[in-house]
Amino acid sequence: MTMTRTSRPVGSDGRADLSELNALMAQMTGDEKHSWAATSTLDVLWVLYDRVLRVTPEMAEDRDRFFLSKGHGPMAYYAVLAARGFLAREELPRFGVFRSPLGHHPDRMLVPGVEISSGSLGHGLPLAVGTALGLRARGLADSDVWVLLGDGELDEGSNHEAIAYAGRVGLDRLKVVVIDNASASHGWPGGIEARFAVEGWSTARADARDHGALEAAFKEHSPGRPHVVVAEVEEPSSSH
Amino acid sequence: MPGIMRERFVEVTTDLLDRDERLALVTADLSAKLFDRARSRHPDRVLNLGIREQLLIGVAGGLSLAGLRPIAHSFAPFLVERPFEQIKLDLNHQGAGAVLVSAGASYDIAGGGRSHQAPGDVALLSTLPDWTVHVPGHPDEAEQQLRTAAAAADGLVYLRLSNQGNARAHGLVGGAATGRLRVLREGGAATVVAVGPLADTVLEATAGLDVTVLYAATVRPFDATGLRAALDGQREAAVVLVEPYLAGTSSAEVARALVDLPHRLLALGVGHDELRNYGSPRQHAIAHGLGPAGLRLRISRFLAH
Repeated sequence: MTMTRTSRPVGSDGRADLSELNALMAQMTGDEKHSWAATSTLDVLWVLYDRVLRVTPEMAEDRDRFFLSKGHGPMAYYAVLAARGFLAREELPRFGVFRSPLGHHPDRMLVPGVEISSGSLGHGLPLAVGTALGLRARGLADSDVWVLLGDGELDEGSNHEAIAYAGRVGLDRLKVVVIDNASASHGWPGGIEARFAVEGWSTARADARDHGALEAAFKEHSPGRPHVVVAEVEEPSSSH
Repeated sequence: MPGIMRERFVEVTTDLLDRDERLALVTADLSAKLFDRARSRHPDRVLNLGIREQLLIGVAGGLSLAGLRPIAHSFAPFLVERPFEQIKLDLNHQGAGAVLVSAGASYDIAGGGRSHQAPGDVALLSTLPDWTVHVPGHPDEAEQQLRTAAAAADGLVYLRLSNQGNARAHGLVGGAATGRLRVLREGGAATVVAVGPLADTVLEATAGLDVTVLYAATVRPFDATGLRAALDGQREAAVVLVEPYLAGTSSAEVARALVDLPHRLLALGVGHDELRNYGSPRQHAIAHGLGPAGLRLRISRFLAH
């Protein structure tokens, strides 16, 4: 695939980016007003791909990895991948049809740029622990492994196996962003960060709509410790 | 002989970790101490996660995505049954490769009760595509299967170690194991497929009976061609499966192999009902009808039909 056909990388900053991403998402939903699950991740995904991750469509071996663990509502992810030239924009309108690579949960075997197949909750973080360990064993010491989780997804016990182990072994190339839209049925009294902090992670919190704050939280340096950023998303208003 | 398959696994894996820097070993506390020497030499590639079996498989998948060849090890119920969705999604669905090595098998830990017994492991893995399933009957077979699996560039391999076994490595007679059925004895009335550790018992049970005995140390993929070849020239297409895990686990494979051939099948193995008894593995074998007398009785009845 040639990149010229697909990539008109969206500019560097601000609202123009999001309006273009909204247009790309509209190709999948047929609607400029998107499902809540998709839009709640859009800002976070964009800031990661635009300002943080060292990854290009060439997928170099020493790239940073991004694992979308919360795989439902992947339209924002597909839009960002298309905007960054990983994925042909022409694929977007075929979202969900039989021969489309773009399913309602992403499949790494079908979508260029997608690092893991997800859908069932609680798989991305354990996989990321393995990949971070593997990259370290191979001497690819500069590659970060990012995982996006939802606050509801943290209900899954598999995450807690991973949080405890990664913290205890100081897996500092592991970075997690938790989208917190207060969707966990029984909540997280004391805050999501507390679950990570007690295991030795460094923690940060940011408003998911504030790109500068997200970037600062993502780039906090935490030598010897994995890092978690809780990105707060407001509940959707009725006008959304 | 029996009892040393796991020790051989530790010895061979320790050796392989020294030679192949692509190889990684992941444990969840069980057997971890046996790898202390390997861990001290390769701390980045010999990983003990604590008692975390979902993470065990997730980490194996993640290591594979990072370009390593992971070996994950625990007792069979904690390696296959507890994290089964991780096997389905973190390995198969990701297109990741791994070698899963279990210990304990169906009733090695007879006194441990139901929680430590996994007669359903091979049946569960049979619901997923692309698995090679080895059921070695001797440490030498296990060693060769392990070395081959570890050296492969990729792929999904399950190696089911057991304390039960045969006096000799039937799978290695006349050369390296091939994954194909081997003929241990020839006869005209039926074909008995003996899987892994049960081969010697099957030979004893069928002494003097006019049957062909085949040996399988690898059950997935199932050697349909070998089975067809054995039936060729027999008086009747009558097949007896003797498997050291859940009875009937390979019945569908036999049905597929013989789809165009009217045939009879007797599928023997570990019973479906929970056996609430302790004692020894030998007592469990007998209770499941997998001792020499029980096998002979049921095979003879089947032949008399």
